[in-house]
Amino acid sequence: MENKKVIEALKKTFPEKVTEIPDRLGDTIVRIEKDALLNIMEFLKNRPCEFTMLLDLTCVDYLSSKGCFEMVYHLFSISSNNRIRIKTEVRKNELDIDSLSDLWKNTNWLEREVFDMFGINFKGHPDMRRLFMYEGFEGYPLRKDYPLRKRQPKIPLRRLT
Amino acid sequence: MTRIQKEASKESLLINMGPSHPAMHGTIRIMLELDGEVVRNSEVEVGYLHRGFEKTCEHKTYFNLLPYTDRLNYVSPLINNLGYVMTMEKMLEIEAPERAQYIRVIMSEFSRVSDHLTALAAMTMECGAFTVFLYYIQAREEIWNFIEQTTGARMTTSYIRIGGVRADLHPDFKGLMDKAMKVTRRVLKDVKGLLDKNKIWIDRTRDIAVVNPEMAVNYGFTGPCLRASGVSYDVRKAHPYLVYDQLEFEVPLGDKGDNFDRYMVRMKEMEQSLRIIEQAVEKMPDSASRAGLMVKGIEPDEAIKASRSKKAEERVNLSPNLQGSEKDVRPDILVKGKKYTVPPKEDTYTNIEGLINHFKFFMSGHGIRPPKGDVYFSVEGGNGELGFYIVSDGTDNPYRLHLRAPCLHIVSALEEMIKGHYIADIIPTFGSTNMIGGELDR
Amino acid sequence: MGKIKPRAYYRETLNGGFIATKINYMLGWGRKYSLFHYPFITACCGMEYMSAACAHWDFDRFGAGMTTFSPRQADMLFVVGTISQKEAPVLKTVYDQMCEPNWVIACGACAVSGGIYDNYAVVQGIDKIIPVDVYIPGCPPRPETILNAIEKLQEKIQHQKQDWQWKIKK
Repeated sequence: MENKKVIEALKKTFPEKVTEIPDRLGDTIVRIEKDALLNIMEFLKNRPCEFTMLLDLTCVDYLSSKGCFEMVYHLFSISSNNRIRIKTEVRKNELDIDSLSDLWKNTNWLEREVFDMFGINFKGHPDMRRLFMYEGFEGYPLRKDYPLRKRQPKIPLRRLT
Repeated sequence: MTRIQKEASKESLLINMGPSHPAMHGTIRIMLELDGEVVRNSEVEVGYLHRGFEKTCEHKTYFNLLPYTDRLNYVSPLINNLGYVMTMEKMLEIEAPERAQYIRVIMSEFSRVSDHLTALAAMTMECGAFTVFLYYIQAREEIWNFIEQTTGARMTTSYIRIGGVRADLHPDFKGLMDKAMKVTRRVLKDVKGLLDKNKIWIDRTRDIAVVNPEMAVNYGFTGPCLRASGVSYDVRKAHPYLVYDQLEFEVPLGDKGDNFDRYMVRMKEMEQSLRIIEQAVEKMPDSASRAGLMVKGIEPDEAIKASRSKKAEERVNLSPNLQGSEKDVRPDILVKGKKYTVPPKEDTYTNIEGLINHFKFFMSGHGIRPPKGDVYFSVEGGNGELGFYIVSDGTDNPYRLHLRAPCLHIVSALEEMIKGHYIADIIPTFGSTNMIGGELDR
Repeated sequence: MGKIKPRAYYRETLNGGFIATKINYMLGWGRKYSLFHYPFITACCGMEYMSAACAHWDFDRFGAGMTTFSPRQADMLFVVGTISQKEAPVLKTVYDQMCEPNWVIACGACAVSGGIYDNYAVVQGIDKIIPVDVYIPGCPPRPETILNAIEKLQEKIQHQKQDWQWKIKK
């Protein structure tokens, strides 16, 4: 199914939840509402859209400018060889979003990474822990307000004379 | 209290593997719940090589962060360079000259071969086949010799630049390249003879950690691991970049998706890569510059001396490796326009406009400033689809740079892959995923 | 020795089946050519370490070819690659398990000083955690540099004050 048709179908099934963003580079970008995330992803994964592979899942920090985080999902369909980018906003006052762990298994780690780096909570995730940083690490390093060189050593360091 | 400690039953044995374990590459920890020797449940912990790549990049300019990409998948640094650079080129809407594209293909295919060689070398060594390990590393050594001759570094090359490549191929590149290809072919043949029908090898890898196509797709597998499961998806074929659509090659597939298939697919892919290199060398357009690859000129210090009294007009003789700095060779390997590329070194050192251009390129707040927006682009890396997602806010630093690391998705399936197998089977399974810490933990 | 020339002296004594030397020198000589090492490999430099260990460069020539994966049997800790804050306790544990005498080589810019990774996640040099004997620069160091470091360490071992079990300690 071609991307144009996919967007048409999306708009038909979820009116008011979906807006298409034009892109100068020719990528297909769709902005959706947060509460419809699970339904839309399920719709995209199953026939006829068949975006069976979740390529990537990440987050961008717009706290200082827009007051929100933006979740970015990249889906890929092997049958039609198309990629699609889904964006949704997570507002500052409610930092949680539905987990996609029932649909794709790699979200288990990808969502843990986003939780680790940005502090977004995923509802329904089986094991919400930090992925890269250790227990006892405070703050979320990829947020813009975390200083690059703020270190939190896990063991006391030697003092060199 | 980790997850597995909570879930474990009282009768079973909990054992820890790694991170400092010879087969765990130093950067991964597996906690196992054992029933005798059978793995009942496991938990994989990563992050021991988290180096803050993404955060650091936000504080660097687009040009400066290139060396960091070398150190992602450090066995095939040139493909990582390529992934980042192609993403930037898509964002800036520029295209490298044709000769540069062929050079990129040659370099990235050699990198792929060295990646597969190392992956299989580690996998076989951990299973006890030390001879094979030595053979593979010998071939890799020859490939790195060739890479060093052209790029000036064995591993962390930063050779592929935005808009082209750093330097043209070395004037004598064919000698070392032919040797590298010959040695690699011989090693592949030797290893085939040693392993393909080897009873021990087959017993240890066949029907172990079988990944069916549905599971592979659901976990986001790409690259050799996905193709071993029988799904034909190769970024070079599906979304051709560079000149891959003009080159002939096959995408080898496995049928079962077990460890042996992952080994086999890598072996076959190396042969295809060598095939691609041969074609690329043949089709590569000749250097258009009049002087050819070797440019004669005066020595740099003489040029600097001369420029003190008047504008130096002569060509400057620079090291044969770094001919990218030669004005004459630039049209072949770099795009035009001072906005995207470092000005030629001979201009920088000998005339004032060149110096200003150089200064403006590197000054913070200037340099490469792509328009606002976000972009995703991916190339076929050693482990699979290596994608970069870059968000630009119009300044010279990326607002956000995210790497789609292929082996994160593969290693995230490790828990399911080793479930129900013996503890000794973890080693070839883990080896076949080709976990690379720099890429996984970033 | 009196008036006897040293050469003749050794010839005579060796005929008797023994040589005279300083025990410090002898222990140093023995220790420098049997460096069992524990490779603590985490990152990129590990690839160059592999090259240096394999047939092409082969640091077995310097008696450092024996790799043991138990810190208790190792004389030399080869820290190759970036040490992150999460990895630091692991390195410390491994080092604490090593028997005396032991030596540490920090291989590569990241192990020496944190290298290009000056950020929240990386320890700025392993000497913040454990003492280091030889620092190898380079990102990553070439195999020759690694061989050179082993030679340097051998020199150091030869000339340092040796510690042995039956030595009377003050």
